[in-house]
Amino acid sequence: MDELIEILKDLHSDVDFDTCTTLIDDKILDSFDIVSIVSEVNDRFDVAIPAKELVPENFNSAKALWDLISRLEED
Amino acid sequence: MLFTSLPFIVFVAALILVYYAFTPYKERWALLLMASLAFYFFADPRYLIFIGVTALTAYVFAIITEDYNAKRKAYLKANKESFDTDSKKKYKNTTARVTKLLMLLALLINLGILAVTKYTNFVIDTMNSWRTEPLSFVNIIVPMGISFYTFQTVSYSIDICRGTIKAQRNFLKFLLFVSFFPQLVQGPISRYEDLSQTLYEPKKFEFQNVSYGFMRILWGYFKKLVVADRLVIALKTLTESPDEYKGAYVFVVMMLYAAQLYCDFTGGIDITIGIAQMLGITVKENFNLPYFSKNIKEYWNRWHITMGTWFTDYIFYPLSVSPTMLKLSKWSRQHLGNAVGKRVTVYISCFAVWLATGIWHGAAWHFVVWGLMNFVVIMASQELEPVYAKFHGKFHLKEKKGYAIFEIARTFLLMSSLKLFDCYRDVGLTFKMFGSMFYTFNIGKLFNGSLLELGLTSADYEVAAIAIVFIFLVSLYKALIGEDIRVFLYQKYPLFVLVCVVLLVSTLVFGAYGAGFDASQFIYNQF
Repeated sequence: MDELIEILKDLHSDVDFDTCTTLIDDKILDSFDIVSIVSEVNDRFDVAIPAKELVPENFNSAKALWDLISRLEED
Repeated sequence: MLFTSLPFIVFVAALILVYYAFTPYKERWALLLMASLAFYFFADPRYLIFIGVTALTAYVFAIITEDYNAKRKAYLKANKESFDTDSKKKYKNTTARVTKLLMLLALLINLGILAVTKYTNFVIDTMNSWRTEPLSFVNIIVPMGISFYTFQTVSYSIDICRGTIKAQRNFLKFLLFVSFFPQLVQGPISRYEDLSQTLYEPKKFEFQNVSYGFMRILWGYFKKLVVADRLVIALKTLTESPDEYKGAYVFVVMMLYAAQLYCDFTGGIDITIGIAQMLGITVKENFNLPYFSKNIKEYWNRWHITMGTWFTDYIFYPLSVSPTMLKLSKWSRQHLGNAVGKRVTVYISCFAVWLATGIWHGAAWHFVVWGLMNFVVIMASQELEPVYAKFHGKFHLKEKKGYAIFEIARTFLLMSSLKLFDCYRDVGLTFKMFGSMFYTFNIGKLFNGSLLELGLTSADYEVAAIAIVFIFLVSLYKALIGEDIRVFLYQKYPLFVLVCVVLLVSTLVFGAYGAGFDASQFIYNQF
């Protein structure tokens, strides 16, 4: 999780990713950020996030994103 | 049957009456289908063949895909003991590959129809520019709204492949999704998961819903007929004689076209959403105060929203996260550094999106260049973001109210200048005309009565100006209060009725259909 927060902080250092649950709804993350995150996650966790998972529910919070990575790792 | 024609208004009024007064609730979708097919039939009976084939293709492939997936899943479940982790993964991968192949076949057919009907003559024209013996153009019909309904079926096929929606098993119901007449003319591009929620089981008659829809329709006609169709006269004169109207006139073109396109496109969408709302159907919003945007990215999140999200979900994301792109990103990070590696997927995918957006808008090079210019501006502003942030921080600009107005004006001017490609419809000419603003100093001409020689009288300018101020104030209300003005008006119902009467009378009195005017086709109808 810490590594994921580090990736997110790299994009928006001013956001509290531990508590924020409206990253997409409040337009904090945009489509460019999402692509960067997917690419970083693929690099560091060796997990490929498919396009169908790129929905707001999976990116609204760091926890939701972490849950997605864990689910994909299990698959 | 134009949205602005009397037969269309009579058609919609009769439909709403029959819909609520004589059609059982469960059969209403069937009436809508008949109305949609009739609407298309009266436009040109041949269109029905095209839309029918497109709908049938998406429908059949969706059912084959869903049935195939269900069978494979059931087999896996029934025989799970005989599968180990590796063989299970292999089995799942084979299923995914076949599903993808089925989707690609559906897309190939439907996008193929779009490509052949819309782009054959564009390709011939481009080839003729280097051929000594020119090829002759083919006489091919372009069905009304083909780009809109094709994109709807493409998103349906992809969503079925992804397993995010369930296939519609009733072909007639599916045909209604593809052909729903209010959005055939100029969108929005609806998704099956959104539109199907109310299309087959619409809201029952609600006075408030019908009132809101009715006012929205009047608002759309007001924008279209009082402003858009009036300004188009002057725009035609200005852009058809570019040698005569250079310099400051190009700025006038920018301003007039910004107002004209906004009123034309949003007016049409208002009519679409209004009709749907009167029928108890929810259609997605396509605009959210685009001229209040502070940067180009925000602008494209607010203008033609359903098109933007379509390109993001079905081109930008799949391309960016494809295995090839991820490999390319990894390779770039290792060999060219983190900065390049981070950007490479975004740049390539964004380029593809804007190339496709340009081509989608029309079969002409000026649309392609317009799309790519948007790409250049978006990427430039993306790269300059840290510089802006530093600048804003140093001078505390974000805290100053005036700076927000500056940002809005800057974005408006930038986007309006890109729209010049659509005005002059020639890449070289557009650059030349844009440049003339900086070297032809003829601003004085604007004040010597020459604007009254463009086909509009001073009364026309006054009417358009008052209407634009009125539209601006309504938009400002939404921007400041965060709520549609109809909510406020409905609470004071006599006022609501009064505004409807004012809109109706002012559209009838000041609408541009007198001598010299002709209620013109919606601009986005050609897409």
